[in-house]
Amino acid sequence: MRTEKTKKKIPQIDIGSYKSETKRKSYLKDLEKVSADQRKNMLSAGVDPSHKNRSGTYIQMDHSVVYSKSLYPGLEVMSTTEALKKYKWLDNYFWKVLSVDADEFTEQAEAQPHHGYFLRALPGVKAVYPLQACLFINEDNIIQNVHNIIIAEEGADLQVITGCATASDVRRGLHIGISEFYVKKGAKLTFTMIHNWAEDVSVRPRTAALVEENGTFLSNYICLKPVKTIQMYPKAELVGQRAMARYNSILFALPGAHLDVGSRVILKAEGSRAEVVARAVSAGGDIIARGHLKGEAQGIKAHLECRGLMVSEKGLIHAIPELEGTIKGVDLSHEAAVGKIAKDEIEYLMARGLNEGEAQAAIIRGFMDTSIMGLPPELQKEIDVAISACEREVF
Amino acid sequence: MLKIENLTVSVSGKEVLTDINLEIKKGERMALLGPNGSGKTSLLMTIMGFSDYKITRGNIIFKGKRINDLSVDERARSGIGIMFQRPPTIRGVKLRQMVDVISKSGFDTDKEAGELNLKEFLDRDVSLGFSGGELKRSELFQLLAHSPQLSLFDEPESGVDLENVVLVGKIMNRILSKDKDSAALIITHTGYIFDYVKADEGCVLAGGRIHCLGDPRRILETVKEHGYERCIACERKRPKRKSRK
Repeated sequence: MRTEKTKKKIPQIDIGSYKSETKRKSYLKDLEKVSADQRKNMLSAGVDPSHKNRSGTYIQMDHSVVYSKSLYPGLEVMSTTEALKKYKWLDNYFWKVLSVDADEFTEQAEAQPHHGYFLRALPGVKAVYPLQACLFINEDNIIQNVHNIIIAEEGADLQVITGCATASDVRRGLHIGISEFYVKKGAKLTFTMIHNWAEDVSVRPRTAALVEENGTFLSNYICLKPVKTIQMYPKAELVGQRAMARYNSILFALPGAHLDVGSRVILKAEGSRAEVVARAVSAGGDIIARGHLKGEAQGIKAHLECRGLMVSEKGLIHAIPELEGTIKGVDLSHEAAVGKIAKDEIEYLMARGLNEGEAQAAIIRGFMDTSIMGLPPELQKEIDVAISACEREVF
Repeated sequence: MLKIENLTVSVSGKEVLTDINLEIKKGERMALLGPNGSGKTSLLMTIMGFSDYKITRGNIIFKGKRINDLSVDERARSGIGIMFQRPPTIRGVKLRQMVDVISKSGFDTDKEAGELNLKEFLDRDVSLGFSGGELKRSELFQLLAHSPQLSLFDEPESGVDLENVVLVGKIMNRILSKDKDSAALIITHTGYIFDYVKADEGCVLAGGRIHCLGDPRRILETVKEHGYERCIACERKRPKRKSRK
């Protein structure tokens, strides 16, 4: 019943109402040549056009790949179109963990693909700095369909910051992002996605990951800026023994925004573990925070946690945690709480001289603290820079 | 510095302070004594302006101005600071961030944190998982950074071991000696803190009313010997003195 109600709330999207043709953007030999506006919006999404502290960069504007380069031996960065030409075997990675006919958006991405990124760490390769990828919408009212493939080969450690952003004059758009992740034996993949969309942009990521034996998949999602609708329910399948997945989401919804965001982990192999953590703040927008853990093997352990903070009279936070065990010996748990900012906390900060607005902002910022993500220090620093840039605009 | 006139205060419709009259002069340190539940913390919270504490009658005057209608932060900025007895946990807000916001220029956060054995706490969430002694030091650290003219201390020595009481006393003295006019209102149950911080005046609050004013050590001795009943019965008024300049 509840789910039906929730489903009704999601604004429907008319795919045909978006332009499918865009002007071709020329390839940038020098990334410094992006405009000041593009740079600002990319930085807010964690993508630094100067490459500073990055191992490689992929940038796509609308339907054109404008930059792709790896700066670290053993890391591959290119468009999926180019990668398909280069590697025959790559075909087997397309639509393997996601199905083409899942919904109208997966069908659309298959029918009219506009590239997407291919990021791969060769076996045993460990880079200190992350790869960065940016999917940028530069023209108003367009549709952007991308298909991304990310592979951490055996024993590799791959970090990715991916930012999705729009030019400041873009109001309306539709982004469909298909992402398939492959974490091989003993590999680690840390994927941090920051969304920096415009107020009337709709976003439909369709994401799944396959994690093999002793593999670790960490997926962080941050959405602080205004957006019209986001609906996504990424899934990780833990198919190897002692595989691990952790999803962290930090969501902030302004009035008019509708975020329906969840994370699902299917624990299929013995001793696999998962953790799903969400922090949701409604400042007038609607947030549906879903989570689903399914334990199908012995000795698995998984926990789901959702904390919501209502800071406006309007808006909605609807936490929907689901636990499903299909065999004895599973250990699944969840905790969820939706509340308001405690008055004693605000007044405590005010007693130190902060005014009410500053105190409230400090508590909201603290609530959305990214240190819960357990990122390596270098990556944490970069993410915090991006979040501060976002917050300066939002608060 | 602070003058409280005929102050009556309610919390959720229940009267917690009745007809309080109290004056703390420049440079003066007043000890506030009284049994549990007598209204001591309520008085501090009311002076600070916390919204649960409704003034139904009377005035609070700070540096010659009526502050009844000022918000908590306006009072903080005008020079009133507080050391909480049980501070709330502020998740995600680091102690360093707090002190950076509070402190005035010239405050060496790392050096001062070192003095208070708080260096490793600078990058931790405010009050999260702090022990009793750590909470007190964190509160004093923030108050030191705030450097108010009137400091309100709510049981600075409670739940603190002997070693830490010495440190607490030392930091309180530093806060109060920054300016010769610095004044304080100190809630204490045990009076141990007087071994380290000199108090000029003492008063007893019981049943939401002020009952006795005088030498804090003498009051404490009386309480130890005869309990608060004797103090409540005493009803000694504050002797008139010339104000300090």
